Amino acid sequence: MTDLLIAFAIGVAFGFALERAGLGSARKLTGQFFLRDFTVLKVMFSAILTAMLGTFWLGRLGLIDVAFLYIPDTHLLPQLAGGAIFGLGFALAGLCPGTSWVSAATGRGDGAAVVAGLFAGVTATGLFFSRLQPFYESGGGRAWTLPQLLHLPYGVVVLLVVAMALAAFAAVNVIAKDIEVDVHLRRLVPPERRRRAGGWLAIAALALGAAAAAARTPVKPTKAAHAVKAAPRPASGC
Amino acid sequence: MKYSDPYLAGVGLGLVLLAAFVLTGHGLGASGAFATTAAGSVAAVAPGYAASNAYFGRYVNSPDGPWRDWLLFEILGVFVGGFLSAALAGRLRGLVERGSGVSVRSRLAIAFGGGAVMGLGAVLARGCTSGQALTGGALLSVGSWGFMLTAFAAAYAAAPAIKGSWR
Repeated sequence: MTDLLIAFAIGVAFGFALERAGLGSARKLTGQFFLRDFTVLKVMFSAILTAMLGTFWLGRLGLIDVAFLYIPDTHLLPQLAGGAIFGLGFALAGLCPGTSWVSAATGRGDGAAVVAGLFAGVTATGLFFSRLQPFYESGGGRAWTLPQLLHLPYGVVVLLVVAMALAAFAAVNVIAKDIEVDVHLRRLVPPERRRRAGGWLAIAALALGAAAAAARTPVKPTKAAHAVKAAPRPASGC
Repeated sequence: MKYSDPYLAGVGLGLVLLAAFVLTGHGLGASGAFATTAAGSVAAVAPGYAASNAYFGRYVNSPDGPWRDWLLFEILGVFVGGFLSAALAGRLRGLVERGSGVSVRSRLAIAFGGGAVMGLGAVLARGCTSGQALTGGALLSVGSWGFMLTAFAAAYAAAPAIKGSWR
C-alpha cells in the first residue's frame, strides 16, 4: 500500500511541475516543433541534467547504490521505429502521454481526446501484438548505456551531456530572438516569468559535470573495494 | 498568472525524477499506465483471452493484477497535481485548444488520432517521453536516447504539414 501512496505522491509532484512549466497546453508544446517556443526542450533537458547529476553524485557520496537503479532494457530497432511513430503522433496530438493528463486535468477537451486516443491505440496494439512480437523482442534486450557504447567513463559522458544541453539552450535562445510571435499563444497562454536563474543553473551544472568527469564513476570508492583489488589472485582460475 | 521559468520548472521536474529513483529504484512513466488499464479492461470483457495475450498477459498475470499498478497510481497523481497547479494559478478553464481555421470537431479527431498513433509507438518503444526520454535519458540508456532522437526527428519532419492548422 505504501508503494502506491508513494506513486501517487510522486505523480502529484510530476503533474504539478508539468503544469507550472505550461506543458498542459498543446499550443505551447507544438511551439517546439514550429520553432516558436522552446519550453519543451528547456524543461526536458533541465530535468534530465538534474536527475543525471543527482544520481551521479548521490551514488558517488554513497547515499544511493546506482547498481539498484532500473535502467530500461535497450531493443534498439523497435525503439527507433517506435520513436519515429511516437513522434508523428506527438506532433499531431500536440501532447505526449504524461502531458495529455495534465491538459485534461486543466479543462482542455483536446487533452481528454489524446488520453482516449492513447487508450485506444495501446489497446489495439495489444490485440494485434502477436504479429508485432518478433520485431518487439528483436535487437538486444539488455541494459545498454552511453558510457558502454562510447567506451568512456560514466562521469565523462555526464559532462558531455551537460555541455550538449547547455549548447542547445544557448542555440535556441539565439533562434528565439527573432521568432514570429504566436498571437494565439500570447492570448491563451501566459508568458513565462523571467527569473534569470538560467545563468547560475548553467554554471552549477557545468561545475558538477566537470567534477563528475574528474571523478569518472558514480560509485563511492570504498576501503573494501581496494581490499578486494589488493587481495592475491588464486593460483588456479575458477 | 505567468508560468514558471522553464529552467526552474525543469529542475523541479528533475528533482521529482530523482526522488522517484531514490525512493523506488525506477523512474517516471505515463504510457505504462495506459497499458495496464488496457489490459485490465480487456480482462474484464474476456479474462481468458487477456491472460493468454502476450502483451496484456504480463499485466493481467502479475501477482497484484492490472489495477494495483505503480504507474496507474502515479498517473492519477499527475492528473491531481496538474489540476491543483492550474487551480492555484487560476488557469482552470474549459476549452479546446486549436488553430483558428480548425473546427472543434476536427481538432478533437486529430487529437484522438495522434494519441492512437502515439499508443502504437509507445508500445514498440517500451515507453514514452516520461519512461524513455526523461527516465532512460537521465540514466544514459542507449535505447532511450535513440527513442528521443527519432521521436523529435519525426515530429520536426511532420511539423511543416501540421503548422498551418495551428494558426
